Amino acid sequence: MLHVLAAAAVDNNAGLQTIGRGIVYGAAAIGPGIGIGLVVGNAITAMARQPESAGTVRTTMFLGIAFTEALALFGFVLAFILK
Amino acid sequence: MLLGLDVPPLDELTNWPPFAFKNSDWLSLNKVGLIYLLAMACTLAIFIIGGSKKKLVPHGIQNVAEVGVEFVRDQVVMQTIGSDGLVFLPYLTALFFFIFFSNIFEIIPYFQMPANARIAMPLVLALVTYAIFNVVGIAKQGPLKYVKNAIVPPGVPKAILPLVVVIELVSYFLVRPFSLMVRLFANMLAGHLILATFSVICTAVFKKSILVIILPFSFGLLFALTGFEILVSFLQAFIFTILTAVYIGGSMHPEH
Repeated sequence: MLHVLAAAAVDNNAGLQTIGRGIVYGAAAIGPGIGIGLVVGNAITAMARQPESAGTVRTTMFLGIAFTEALALFGFVLAFILK
Repeated sequence: MLLGLDVPPLDELTNWPPFAFKNSDWLSLNKVGLIYLLAMACTLAIFIIGGSKKKLVPHGIQNVAEVGVEFVRDQVVMQTIGSDGLVFLPYLTALFFFIFFSNIFEIIPYFQMPANARIAMPLVLALVTYAIFNVVGIAKQGPLKYVKNAIVPPGVPKAILPLVVVIELVSYFLVRPFSLMVRLFANMLAGHLILATFSVICTAVFKKSILVIILPFSFGLLFALTGFEILVSFLQAFIFTILTAVYIGGSMHPEH
């Protein structure tokens, strides 16, 4: 009985690894997705209210996007180096 | 439907065997190295040719050089450091153009590899930025005052100060260079992978069957993403430059 079970058991480590990578990147993208939405949305509000300060707002918006996006990119890199 | 689509593994997409000086440890040159040399040559050419004949009314390549310098001066240096940061204008302009040129080879036919999708050059550039903002901070404020200004933010209640100091220490001296490196590297690698994936899909559906009706959509998306990658190449060069300027500015003018 046991040796039949042992023969039927497959090595599914590779598949589990792939699923893990998917979860790592998917979970890492949730927060930055919301964050970038907030940053850009508020920047658009600011630009619409004060079009004369659009230049400053745009620079600050890119900075905010860069900081927020870094977390998603950590997840992206981690998904590749995960063993 | 698209079973049997084999996307090449990551090693195949980013590893390039050397094609010149193959037996040498130090001189062996592969595609990534060649792209960096070309990017350096382009950056040098713009400023040497553009600066050799300074005419009052700029013409040709002098226009490019002047617009580039003006862009970095007005959008990066003046917005983040102020007029006393103009000493860093040559470095920041060269940094911007070098990163932009090594990124833009992502969409140039026969190269089609963003050189910054290998982590070596982003690592070096991030370390240079790290060295610059630390040296500037120590020179401007003195070592003890610089570290104190860096890790003790003003106006924090005494009770949570130890926690804040630890967080600021890690984020200032470890996360800053690391995120600078990873941001450039991962953005370019992701763009390269996306373009490669859509190219593979396009070639897979390009055959005599009903599947060919998908081809316009995947090709259109490939076309649009190529345009998007031009934007990303520019934006990543801009973000790397502006973050370098922000870090230098933070070292020059600490918050009180």
